[in-house]
Amino acid sequence: MTDGITVKGLKKRFDEVQAVNDISFSVKSGELFGFLGPNGAGKTTTINMITGLARPDSGSINIAGIDCTGKPKSAQHLIGVVPDESNLYPELTGYENLCFCASLYGLSKPERQTKAKELLSVFSLDTAANRKFGGYSKGMKRKLTIAAGMIHNPEILFLDEPTTGIDVASARQLRSLISKLHAQGTTIFLTTHYIEEAERLCDRIAFIVNGKLVRTDNVSKLLLPLQNIHRMQVVCTDLPEDLIPGISKSFPDMVFKSKKHNVIEIENGRPISIAPIVRYLEEQGANIFEAKLIKPSLEDVFVEITGIEADIMRREKEKGGKKK
Amino acid sequence: MKAWIAFWNILLKDMKTYYLKPPNISWGIIFPLAWTGMFFIRSGSEFDSSTIISLIPGVVAVSILFGTTSLLAVTVTFEKKNRSFERLLLAPISLELLMLSKTVGAILFGVVNAFIPVIIASFFADLSGLSWPIFFVTVLLIAVSSTFLGLFIAVAVSEVFEAQTFSNFFRFPMLFLCGLFFPITQLPFFIRPLSYILPLTYGVDLLHWNVRRNHHLYTGLSLLMLILFCIILFSVSIRNIKHKWIA
Repeated sequence: MTDGITVKGLKKRFDEVQAVNDISFSVKSGELFGFLGPNGAGKTTTINMITGLARPDSGSINIAGIDCTGKPKSAQHLIGVVPDESNLYPELTGYENLCFCASLYGLSKPERQTKAKELLSVFSLDTAANRKFGGYSKGMKRKLTIAAGMIHNPEILFLDEPTTGIDVASARQLRSLISKLHAQGTTIFLTTHYIEEAERLCDRIAFIVNGKLVRTDNVSKLLLPLQNIHRMQVVCTDLPEDLIPGISKSFPDMVFKSKKHNVIEIENGRPISIAPIVRYLEEQGANIFEAKLIKPSLEDVFVEITGIEADIMRREKEKGGKKK
Repeated sequence: MKAWIAFWNILLKDMKTYYLKPPNISWGIIFPLAWTGMFFIRSGSEFDSSTIISLIPGVVAVSILFGTTSLLAVTVTFEKKNRSFERLLLAPISLELLMLSKTVGAILFGVVNAFIPVIIASFFADLSGLSWPIFFVTVLLIAVSSTFLGLFIAVAVSEVFEAQTFSNFFRFPMLFLCGLFFPITQLPFFIRPLSYILPLTYGVDLLHWNVRRNHHLYTGLSLLMLILFCIILFSVSIRNIKHKWIA
């Protein structure tokens, strides 16, 4: 496979903030590459530099074999960009917006019309085709913005937080569409704060924190260190205050944590047997509601590598925190 | 060829979204009429053919200046603010062609605005003495230079209201210093150099020459200076876009 995107030593500083700090990575042609990090990690700045919306302070960018360093326009015909916010024209209808975006890539009028109708149908927006974009719901706006990024059949598609702020059904539909595009051979560069989304969709994932890439690998390799870790979660009430020291003494092989009130997490290097732990807790007077084994996920890898709780990252993003 | 498809469609989109909106059309008509009335009252003259003709340079120049700078500065700032401008910056066309496509709509709007008072004047005065080709070239050059001034302003600000405020910072001094209200030769000696660094001065002088043969600069020099202002303002704006918007 040839490289779809190759970035070397990319740096970008905004006043006092080093937004992107010497990052290098490559995305193979046809690959679905995930770019994960908390707000302000440098995800959007990186996309902006690759796509030509920002000028790197240093480093090189190569897209589909074209050296774009200092020449951001040279590969723009090959890429499609879906920004993190819908940025189409509120005064134009959905159909007009798509036709206009297609014209920016030199598509002829019949090509524009055919492609616009096709995408409106794919995104189930046919009935809203002649309504002004300004009157669309948030989910519809998001879908049309993604359609606009794909209107010229780009070889490489940049998706910046595509499923943020939309309803569950639309998000599912989008994920299935992303998978379909990937299967058709489109190179996809996806930034998201939904770790489970990245785990499900991406071939490889890069974690970025404070402008630095802390780890890049494929999903199975990222999960490898967790293969021999077994976890169990117990939800209960009436926990005695000195429970953790006591239970740790009774089950010395295991690690016990009480992260949240009424929730105990148990970790072991071997499979965990639920019954003895439940019995012990009941003997201590705890009232157990739920006890389950948990499969370690990419979220655990992310937390371990970055030290950032995934929940916090998700909440920050959903609150609409500002990004660099 | 493909780049021209983008150029044409950006122009069409801007015409539809901004310039052909009823408020702008009515503004394009009311504004020149209001200025005609103001100039007419100020002159205190009889309502005759020579008075009407004498008002043409002022009304035409002011209509173009205000029409082009207002609309372009506001529309570009608006698109920058709601991030739809990013979509244009991502299009595989050169920045120069992109900005030309964004400005042609405002230039056409300025030219149409300029001819509204002329059409109205034609009902009351004999305009056969005007040299139409030179008049059209002058109107076009004033429209282009004013539009590029609007672009320069749009790139310098980030909010729509700033665009209006900053436009006035240029427009009102320009009105008083360009020779519309009083001849430049009557301005205090130390202010005169300012007049000669304003594009409108050369446009107004050309209009005066065309309408009343009442000018004080060489027509060739005025044309050349207007072209020079267009090139400088466009080049500086492109440079500023590269530095500020693709930072």
